[in-house]
Amino acid sequence: MNAAINAGMRAAADVDLSVGIGGLTLRNPVMPASGTFAEGLEKVMDFNRLGAFVTKTITRELRAGNPLPRVVERPGGLINAIGIPSKGVPYFIEKTMPHYAAYDTPLVVSISAPTAEGFASLAAELSVPGIAAIEANISCPNIEEDGKAFAMRAESTEKVTRELRRATTLPLWVKLTPNTGDVPEVARAAEAAGADAVVVANTILSMAIDLKTFKPCLGNIMGGLSGPAIKPIVLRQVFQCAKAVKIPVIGCGGISTAEDAVEYMLAGASAVQVGTATFLQPAAMTTIIDGLEAFCRRREIPRVAELIRGVVIEETDEPDLAWLDPVP
Amino acid sequence: MSIQRDQSLMAEPPVAAIGGGTCSPAPWKASVVAELAEVVRNEAVNAEYRHLVANCSEEAARAQPGQFFQLLCPQPAGEQPFLRRPMSLYGADPDRRQVEFLYKVTGAGTRGLDTLRPGDRLDIMGPLGVGFTLDPNWRHIVAVGRGAGLATLAPLAKAAKANGTQVTAVFSARRPGLLVSVELFHRHGADVIAVTDSEQTSGPANVERILRRHIAEGRCDAFFTCGSSRLMRVQQRLAREFGLPGQVAMEQQMACGIGLCYCCVRDFNVNGEIVNRRVCWDGPVFDLMEALP
Repeated sequence: MNAAINAGMRAAADVDLSVGIGGLTLRNPVMPASGTFAEGLEKVMDFNRLGAFVTKTITRELRAGNPLPRVVERPGGLINAIGIPSKGVPYFIEKTMPHYAAYDTPLVVSISAPTAEGFASLAAELSVPGIAAIEANISCPNIEEDGKAFAMRAESTEKVTRELRRATTLPLWVKLTPNTGDVPEVARAAEAAGADAVVVANTILSMAIDLKTFKPCLGNIMGGLSGPAIKPIVLRQVFQCAKAVKIPVIGCGGISTAEDAVEYMLAGASAVQVGTATFLQPAAMTTIIDGLEAFCRRREIPRVAELIRGVVIEETDEPDLAWLDPVP
Repeated sequence: MSIQRDQSLMAEPPVAAIGGGTCSPAPWKASVVAELAEVVRNEAVNAEYRHLVANCSEEAARAQPGQFFQLLCPQPAGEQPFLRRPMSLYGADPDRRQVEFLYKVTGAGTRGLDTLRPGDRLDIMGPLGVGFTLDPNWRHIVAVGRGAGLATLAPLAKAAKANGTQVTAVFSARRPGLLVSVELFHRHGADVIAVTDSEQTSGPANVERILRRHIAEGRCDAFFTCGSSRLMRVQQRLAREFGLPGQVAMEQQMACGIGLCYCCVRDFNVNGEIVNRRVCWDGPVFDLMEALP
């Protein structure tokens, strides 16, 4: 190894990419979003480089998922209605977990259930060696609340989080939905009930209609919008939630470049989840990790964690009119 | 490491790469790559199909018959295709480091592909999926295709020749002018039987007659098919009757192409049980007897 490369590696070591998320230390703040990650990605990227693994959402029962078509594209994003196909807990423990045991990367398991009690028993069952944290996907319909997602209301969020907290000692991440009027209030409820972190957010409920047939484009009629189109909306929600809670916020929504990740961290995210971008550029996550490191070096920021909540909000008496005469 | 090429694929690279700083100590290497291939040729072969040839990496050019690529199609005027488009491999040449695709302009993605000219760059990701398998003991195989399925079966001709296997290709199209790959199959020593709607020879009954003749003459050790549920069912029936193996390349709308999203599932009959499989990851080539139309 020549001197120039040695110097380069020393410089790389100068940037500390590690972040702390509710009881876990991650080597960097970049991880997949649930539902957009599986073992196959190993063909594309080195799994030892990720901050964490986040599995597809697991349910207790076997689930086939929604009718086809399950996805439709729109400018800047896609709408999906996959419907959480799941092979159940025993399959996950016996077949899926061993794939990840070979890597020095924390395994976060995403879970879903139709009741608070169901969530709790699933969390207890999955609190086994090899799992580093539980991410509760509370965007699914709550059968005790007439089908409204748990995360649409602070009360149901608090109830399900409290049940989960009793059921497991593992770090507990609660994934919120953007499809509600007051996400910060829901984040506060999760924090009050014992969540170690909140993930903000999930896909945005949406719809598309085929103008040839006049039929909905998705077999499920409605689905969740993801991709660059939703980034400004979720970024705002992360900013609001980071002001509302003291626990870490994990940003998730339309992140496809290192700049997107920096923006999310400045808005208050301690880590980021990358989903749809992986569909377009399969190595998007490692590109983002490299880009975060380079950004910090360029701006002489020794620790990436210093970006968290770093957005500069200045109060001024003088309106800034510079935007009226932008410099080309 | 081939994966580093991905950095050049971002529409706006995030930040300059730092020399030496991205080295991973793990002895890991990507087997699926996304890269910018250089278009060598992109021209019409008949009234419907266009033929695209691109220079690519050695990894991409090692694609096997039946595998596919996910293409990030250029945006045609006024349209914004967001997802990549799955495209079966029409040809791969590791020596010349080239891949070939045959496509029909049907939507925003393929309209974007149509805008490419020699020298342009095309973001290709692959090779993906499970391709065809050739048993070295097979003396003679029969490939039956229709429409875009002809393109998917095309690389079989070359692979079969290398395997010492004789091929009969039964090609179906609406009219003779829309047949593709015929010369390619001839070049590799295959027999081609063309059936068309316009000549009223493409009906399942006639195709079945042709296939039965091949079986009777001992010239069908296995079936390969793509592009027609109707013709697939004929082959399933004959395969069952004569105890012959077969493989079918299936199609489905896809998003990720690498088994992450579960958009492209289809039902399969596995020993009497209906199971869901991902076309991109578990296929696109499946056991003929397990496929459901």
